[in-house]
Amino acid sequence: MIDYLKEVISGTWSLFVGLGITIRYFFQPVVTVQYPYQTLPMAPRFRGHIELVKDEETGETRCIVCGMCQKACPSHCITVNGEKREGVQGKVLTEYTLDFTRCSLCGLCVESCTPKAITFSKDYNLAGLSKEAYIFDLKAELSSLPAQTKLMPFGCKNRLEAKN
Amino acid sequence: MTLDPEIIRLLAFLVGVIAFASFNAAYLVWLERKEAAHIQRRIGPKEVGPFGLLQPLVDGIKLMTKQLIVPAGVDPVLFKIAPILVMVPAIMSFVTIPFSETLVARNLDLGLLVISAFASVNFLGLLLGAWGSRNKYAVISAGRAFSQNVAYEIPMLVIVVTLVMVSGTMNLTEIVGLQMGGFWHWNILNLAASPLMPVAFLIFFVCMLAETNRAPFDMSEAESELVAGAFTEYSGMGFGVFFMGEYANIVIGACVATILFLGGWHSPFPDTIPFFGASSVIWFLLKMYFIIFTVIWIRWTFPRTTFYGLLNLSWKILIPISFVNLILTSAMLKVF
Repeated sequence: MIDYLKEVISGTWSLFVGLGITIRYFFQPVVTVQYPYQTLPMAPRFRGHIELVKDEETGETRCIVCGMCQKACPSHCITVNGEKREGVQGKVLTEYTLDFTRCSLCGLCVESCTPKAITFSKDYNLAGLSKEAYIFDLKAELSSLPAQTKLMPFGCKNRLEAKN
Repeated sequence: MTLDPEIIRLLAFLVGVIAFASFNAAYLVWLERKEAAHIQRRIGPKEVGPFGLLQPLVDGIKLMTKQLIVPAGVDPVLFKIAPILVMVPAIMSFVTIPFSETLVARNLDLGLLVISAFASVNFLGLLLGAWGSRNKYAVISAGRAFSQNVAYEIPMLVIVVTLVMVSGTMNLTEIVGLQMGGFWHWNILNLAASPLMPVAFLIFFVCMLAETNRAPFDMSEAESELVAGAFTEYSGMGFGVFFMGEYANIVIGACVATILFLGGWHSPFPDTIPFFGASSVIWFLLKMYFIIFTVIWIRWTFPRTTFYGLLNLSWKILIPISFVNLILTSAMLKVF
């Protein structure tokens, strides 16, 4: 009889303890990130698709059109083209295209790049409506966005633009 | 031809009661989602209207525009009337509930009995719907719902009988009238009648949870085991009406708990708190919504019990204690 009452009372008490925990959570601030409006900063070692690095001093690409990345790529998804120009030392980059449909994100291109002209982007908002949307013109993107930390409200926006 | 004012009054109450029940059914879903979210430290509905307040409206439109599928092999009559059989008793119960001294559709002398009776009829709707669905999960669910109803009706009614003995009436308005003047006069703290009164309130509350099929006693709707229990075959507004009935029953349960134990429309501090007055419908609604808040709070705190745990709780704990309370109360009434 005593054991029975003890069990009933301790059981009831445990229910109130549980309720106390949830009500404390109820009044604590929300911890979720409201995704399309807020995003978390990506980890430094996050490997997105590659992008060209904008040089801090010149504001141009550091690419010297050596083609090492193109050779290193096991899936042949990088196309680099350049031309000689009057009064400029070395070659000038005219085309840098990444076919992301084939990229396996191995990072051999980034490793092989001597002037450190390419890096992994932090872009994970990669929804698109067609296959062509994933053929990235990285040279055009270099001039249009200070790519790295820019947050886009809806992920597919720049991909859709790239398609049009 | 002159219209009897009584008829106009009844019509007004009829419309009011249906509106109140539907409004609550819609916005308790919103409250449930919001409260669940905050207990889990999320935000919950927030896109549709300010604080997601238009969400129930959108949900309603969605449910109404969906096709009402009547699966082949169901009993078409039972299948179609079952949702209504759940909704109607809930709305009927509102007729006798006094929201304030004057705000009551029909002040019946046997109001408490009427509500207890209608509370059981809604289980009949569940059973018919499950049987008519011709679905094994639905039938298992109905079986569970019934043994649950039988088990929890007993302690609930024993507690109600105790309160009827203390009050000496089954008229809800009079029961509230006896609890006038400060929270220490409410039945929950009526220790002169029985020292076990707070326990009696607890038992009543637990039985109310079980009677309204709320977690942790939602065995009849256990979605991880029984798909959606008795509602498995229902789609669109058939499902919607079932849900409205469930929420209306929660409101009824909270109203009855407020009337029996928490002093109905009386202010807890009639002399010290100036606002809302000593007796007003606002106090009633505050207490009622606090109970509903607690019901939702419990749902998002405790996991579902096992079925045997559920029956053992009733037969081994709630029923013995409620009988002890009944005997104690009658002895104290006799002695003092």
